Amino acid sequence: MSPLGSAAQPLRVAIVGAGPAGFYAAERLFKESELVIEVDLYDRLPTPFGLVRNGVAPDHQKIKSVTAAFDRIAANPRFRFFGNVELGRDISVDDLKDHYHQILYSTGAQTDRPLGVPGDDLIGSHPATEFVAWYNGHPDYRDCEFDLSQERVAVVGVGNVAIDVARILCRTPDELLKTDIANYALEQLRESRVREVHILGRRGPAQAAFTAPEAKELGELADCDTIVLPEEAELDPLSQASLAGADRAELRKVEIIQELSRRQPTGKSKRLVLRFLVSPVELIGDENGRVRQMRLVRNVLYATDAGSLRPKATDHFETLDVGLVFRSIGYRGVPLPGVPFHDSWGVIPNAGGRVLDPATQEPLLGQYTAGWIKRGPTGVIGTNKPDAAETVENMLADARAGRVLAPTQATAAAAEALVGGRQAHVVTYADWRRLDALELSHGKEQGRPRVKFTRVDDMLAALAE
Amino acid sequence: MKVRNILATKGGRVITIAPDKTVREAVALLVHHRIGAIVVADESGHLIGILSERDVMRTAAADEGVFGRPVADVMTREVVIGMPQDDVLAVAHTMLEKRFRHLPIVDDGRLIGIISIGDVLKTQRDAYQGEIETLETRIIAEGE
Repeated sequence: MSPLGSAAQPLRVAIVGAGPAGFYAAERLFKESELVIEVDLYDRLPTPFGLVRNGVAPDHQKIKSVTAAFDRIAANPRFRFFGNVELGRDISVDDLKDHYHQILYSTGAQTDRPLGVPGDDLIGSHPATEFVAWYNGHPDYRDCEFDLSQERVAVVGVGNVAIDVARILCRTPDELLKTDIANYALEQLRESRVREVHILGRRGPAQAAFTAPEAKELGELADCDTIVLPEEAELDPLSQASLAGADRAELRKVEIIQELSRRQPTGKSKRLVLRFLVSPVELIGDENGRVRQMRLVRNVLYATDAGSLRPKATDHFETLDVGLVFRSIGYRGVPLPGVPFHDSWGVIPNAGGRVLDPATQEPLLGQYTAGWIKRGPTGVIGTNKPDAAETVENMLADARAGRVLAPTQATAAAAEALVGGRQAHVVTYADWRRLDALELSHGKEQGRPRVKFTRVDDMLAALAE
Repeated sequence: MKVRNILATKGGRVITIAPDKTVREAVALLVHHRIGAIVVADESGHLIGILSERDVMRTAAADEGVFGRPVADVMTREVVIGMPQDDVLAVAHTMLEKRFRHLPIVDDGRLIGIISIGDVLKTQRDAYQGEIETLETRIIAEGE
């Protein structure tokens, strides 16, 4: 028998989840010169790229240009894409174990953590990630409904997602027209009556998770004044001290926030109010169970033993009238059927990307993880590259030591037969390139970067033509 | 970036030793697990100290019989403790400032892990690499 990793018997790897972590893992596997490796990349959607397509804000097109790098990875002859194939629906972990030597899960983080306050489940209170997936045309979320007839909106959290949601709500139709936002979202936002968006951060400006360029962008909206209360922009002594060791980007972010706090409203038709040191303690509804108000408590910061600054509630409360609430206090992963899961952190338990058996804390043979489902939702797209590389180093070490699964049908043809037998409409990378070209040409007709397909049926119908 | 994001990829097992064990046993564990410090915990799993390579060296300089002594004699009792929701940047600053290299992490009174200055460095390196990667990709795309 030929040795594993030879041309006669390639090392066969299944990657589940075609976002950045999945692509970077494939890239690193292909860089290995001593082993012949074949990668099958699965995604439950017909389209690849995960959050680059469905998470990154539509008015941040340049960030999406990373897909050109993913296209180059996909051009490798040992790469295949199995789109529209879902783990748990079409195939199981046992199926993968029977067809691959190694399996890598890179399914990311798809949902929001709840606020954990009374009224969180009132009508009109939504996870921000659902709104993001909606305006980005994610097929599973395109039919979500958000009541944009409300004038005042609260966005809880000051991470990138919160800032994206607030910014999209405050953009003019003309600004949105230049993006690849889903057509239905563009139409509904055109009719939006939202006039005031409050972004609520529980800590101060120095601890906000958004970046300096994102802060700057908030001050440059076409028809929206961005307001920061001067007393909340001021740094407390602890935050001041914490900036002593900060890099330039952190300092710049605080400067920009303070500069915003010195501005006067210029009479633009919308207002974006960026608040700090406040936490929601309750959402209050009307008799129909619709959210009407939010009760907030003011916080002060204290330093933990290890030196990080945490919020502590005071006895100062305020009430904000709101008709729509988006909570964005952190993405979290969802469990995969047949794969261990760390419930409180929303990740797959692992050591350096090797999936661990929760009972023994020992690695499970042949199973790995990368990206947000491995470490939690942190960093930028490129952070997934070193993250995936760490996992792949361990995969290669295991493969060289012979620690791999024992698939009975470890051939490309057998995998294709398996997938084809379970899912009649498998989408290949060539298929995706056709969809991509169609979306770009539909965009061109309308003077937009891209017009997305937002229903799986529409994608499949376009491919069948 | 939070401490829990580091812990997430380190596995859930924490190596501990009882205070009445000898330093010899502790050193054997440090070498076996290739770690620089070990948490000292009582029977109920509560953290009562930490024993680092540095503690052993400090005692060895004055006492050649260090290996036979109980861990409780040699360990550091005043231990800074972290929480999973601590910010990695702040923790890095504190470790440099107070000159310690291992931070036990406790959640709801339970010891759930330990992070080293090496873990913190790796995380920061990966974060910077990630940002550079992202910026490079953008610049290349803009040039095309």
